[in-house]
Amino acid sequence: MMSENPADLLPELCVLGAAVIGLLIGAFLPRSRQWIVVALCASGLVAGLVAAVFAARRADLMTFGAFMLDPVTHVTRIVVLAATLLVVLLAIGPMRGHRRESEFYVLLLLAALGTITLGAASDLLVLMAAYLLASIPGYALAGFGKDAPGTEAALKYFLMGAFLGILMLTGITLLYGLGRGTSYQPLPAELGTAPGGAVMVGVVLLLAGLLFKAGAAPAHFWIPDVTEGAPPVVATFVTTVPKIGAFAALYRFATEALPPTTGDWPLLIAVIAAATMTLGNLAAFAQDNVRRLLAYSTVSQAGYLLVPIAMAGRTDLAEPALLFYLAAYAVTNIGAFAVVIAVGRDELTAYRALMRRSRFLALSLVICLLGLVGTPPTAVFVGKLLMFGAALDGDYTWLAVVAAVNTVASVFYYLRWIMPAFARDTEPVGPLDRTAQWTAYLAAAGSLVLGIGSGVALTIG
Amino acid sequence: MLSLVIFLPLAVAVGLYAVPRLSDRVVAWSWIVACAVDFALVIAMWIGHGTGDGISYEANVRWIPSVRAGYHIGVDGLSLPLLALTSLLFLACAIYSLRQERQVRAFAALFLFLQTVSLGLFAALDLLLFFVFFDLSIVGMYFVIAGWGHGDRMRSALKFFLYTFLGSLVLLLGFIGLYLGAEPHTFDMVELTRTPPLAGSAGLGGLVLLAIGIGLAIKTPTVPFHTWLPPAHTDAPAAGSAILAGILLKMGTYGFIRIAMPMLPDAWRRYAWVIIIVGLISVLYGALVAFAQEDLKRLIAYTSVNHMGYIIVALGAAGAVGDQAARQLAVTGAVTQMVSHGLITGALFLLAGILYGRARTYDMGRFGGLAGGAPVFSGLVAVGAFASLGLPGFSGFIAEFQIFTGVIGSGGTAIVVVGALAILGILITAALFLRLLHRTVLGPPGELTAQVTDVHRSELGAVAPLLVLSVIIGVAPRFLLDVIEPFSAAVVSLVAR
Repeated sequence: MMSENPADLLPELCVLGAAVIGLLIGAFLPRSRQWIVVALCASGLVAGLVAAVFAARRADLMTFGAFMLDPVTHVTRIVVLAATLLVVLLAIGPMRGHRRESEFYVLLLLAALGTITLGAASDLLVLMAAYLLASIPGYALAGFGKDAPGTEAALKYFLMGAFLGILMLTGITLLYGLGRGTSYQPLPAELGTAPGGAVMVGVVLLLAGLLFKAGAAPAHFWIPDVTEGAPPVVATFVTTVPKIGAFAALYRFATEALPPTTGDWPLLIAVIAAATMTLGNLAAFAQDNVRRLLAYSTVSQAGYLLVPIAMAGRTDLAEPALLFYLAAYAVTNIGAFAVVIAVGRDELTAYRALMRRSRFLALSLVICLLGLVGTPPTAVFVGKLLMFGAALDGDYTWLAVVAAVNTVASVFYYLRWIMPAFARDTEPVGPLDRTAQWTAYLAAAGSLVLGIGSGVALTIG
Repeated sequence: MLSLVIFLPLAVAVGLYAVPRLSDRVVAWSWIVACAVDFALVIAMWIGHGTGDGISYEANVRWIPSVRAGYHIGVDGLSLPLLALTSLLFLACAIYSLRQERQVRAFAALFLFLQTVSLGLFAALDLLLFFVFFDLSIVGMYFVIAGWGHGDRMRSALKFFLYTFLGSLVLLLGFIGLYLGAEPHTFDMVELTRTPPLAGSAGLGGLVLLAIGIGLAIKTPTVPFHTWLPPAHTDAPAAGSAILAGILLKMGTYGFIRIAMPMLPDAWRRYAWVIIIVGLISVLYGALVAFAQEDLKRLIAYTSVNHMGYIIVALGAAGAVGDQAARQLAVTGAVTQMVSHGLITGALFLLAGILYGRARTYDMGRFGGLAGGAPVFSGLVAVGAFASLGLPGFSGFIAEFQIFTGVIGSGGTAIVVVGALAILGILITAALFLRLLHRTVLGPPGELTAQVTDVHRSELGAVAPLLVLSVIIGVAPRFLLDVIEPFSAAVVSLVAR
């Protein structure tokens, strides 16, 4: 079904409106009143979230010939908006009184908007525009601290993003030439008759940009540096939110734009998935900086998330696996970062005796980290279960085995972080960030609720 | 009612944290009361279930309908004895821990959590639910070893976690294999048992059995997957060891009977010999290595490998061709052995903990003549040792006698040879336990003997009931066998399909 009704884009319009008005009034408000912009941005996100939840109950729809409204978009919208809302909560403490406070939130909202568009675009050119909208605010955010590590992180992020973006654009050009159009609808038929080798080159070039956003190998090199160098809140955002849109875009591309005869797709993605999870886990082993550790953990999670992408179209489990895993990953990862922000230190040793300082914060850390491992009954467990199921049902048993071995290996470094928290001696104590603390509780509880209530979530999605 | 039994300990654990500033005494006693109430409820369920076939106290709530997984629980002749064993052993650990001084509240909460997890596992009738409890048992035990252990506890706990977690993931892959093999796809154990999945494809069935077998064999553990067990036991606190050996190891063998045998009968029958031989190697290897140990806890740990080996042999024999009655006897013996091993080994580990609490070592060479200074303690050790080696009059004898009769009666010459070799395991075990008694309880005093004072009331109250129950089962086993036998008849006919 086609339509050109702007009201179908209500969630996006809410976010856009909040961002634009926030930018305008932020320029005129005194620094002590900047909280108005924060409240405005948060309410824009909440309004968008409400609109997205209501939109999710309607039938599939295509708007403006390039924006697909289907379960993938609905989940992308809801997860991106909810995750951004949690990040806004996390930012309240660290950003209070900052000289560019309102710009920070506006950039967050614009990047979120780009991410949603990335997941919903069913046209190659819109995909490219969304890529840029999701990326450019991210570069600015990475350098927001204006310190040396932040600048380095921003530069690295920008150079890689720009380079891989160009490759992606080249791929799009190639596919446009081969497929005689940029809209996904006629693409499968046209690409099916085009030379297979040329199509594959186009697809690989297109993947460059999307894998960069997803943080998967071989385009993952920016993640550890940005996660460590950028302000912690930004690190939370860029390792969580853009991934959601990128995976949704990958899934949509695989199911809607690729001709069914492209037999190399599952194998190609499966190899990338295996490489990504293995590289991420191996690199995480020796990290003594929790932010670098989490950075590599997000790389390995990207590897697991690629499994359903590889199985797209081969099994009915691929779509629920991807969508549920995305939601589970977002809430759990934000929870882990929230603990880091609450403690305010990056060295593993700073987490000694966390149990003494705040029992619930230590418990949240355990829930989130074991959640990232995939221990039941947290949400990622159900995601992993569906992911394993998708791999086995798609006849990729080796991929399931690689994922299982990687999961076991990942336990090692998560436990390295958990154990000191229960030590009995106390370190010199710094204050904990209250809002971040509560966000961590919220995320940990969310991870448990989403896991136990996964039946409800899956029937909706 | 079953849900109440399962989640009562967890509720108490949360309650312990909800009430601020409880004294350690109050915590310890509320822990004991919670365990006692839970045990009483299980006994009431036992009486309510009677000796019939089938599942009682069933509850089935939808959980993740899109993959047809549910909160499906119930009890039958296999789960009831294990539920009773679980609640009794946790009660014993609660009583034993009255003398615990370090972080009592967290310790109690963790054990109550573990109790919920163990009870839930033995009552689960859904593969996914089973797996949830299976995995959480690993997490709980990890924190027990890492938090309250001694020696190289971090390393042992990590090894335990990584090794058994690997097992659990392999198991999960096997479960997904069952799920995908079933038509329609489901995780429900009852449905999977009714129509075994993968009946048509031998290769896939074998592969799924391999995955499930490895996953459960790591937990059981059988040779060659047992290497995590000795360090985990050595460095765990006494109560943790008792639970690990008494309850957590049973999750492996329970899984074999509950999941592998009835759901993959073809594959089980085809590979029965592999299973029998793995079991036999565990029996002999466990006994021989145990014989060479100087460390008391490592010794008991390796006898666990030996004892669990008998169960595997019996279950394998249940899949071999042969007399139906004999195979039923083997399964009944295996279930009895699970209960018996839980009681006896639980008691032995608690006794080892008493020794460590006094002298800070498990090295048997530094003790001797304990009977002089600590007569009650020595008596308990002697009773435990005799029970464990399978002396008539104790539960171990009832279990092993049925296993051997069943195994030998169930097939031809080859299986008789297996039975004879397995009996060799008993001989070695007898020798090693007599050697243990000689070196610690009898003989001239060792350098640390003076430090070992006799048992306290709480220690006696924890250990004695376990051994008394072992004697009761050894003398009058009917009350237990009446519950198990209908189940083993059912499971044998399911395997024979």
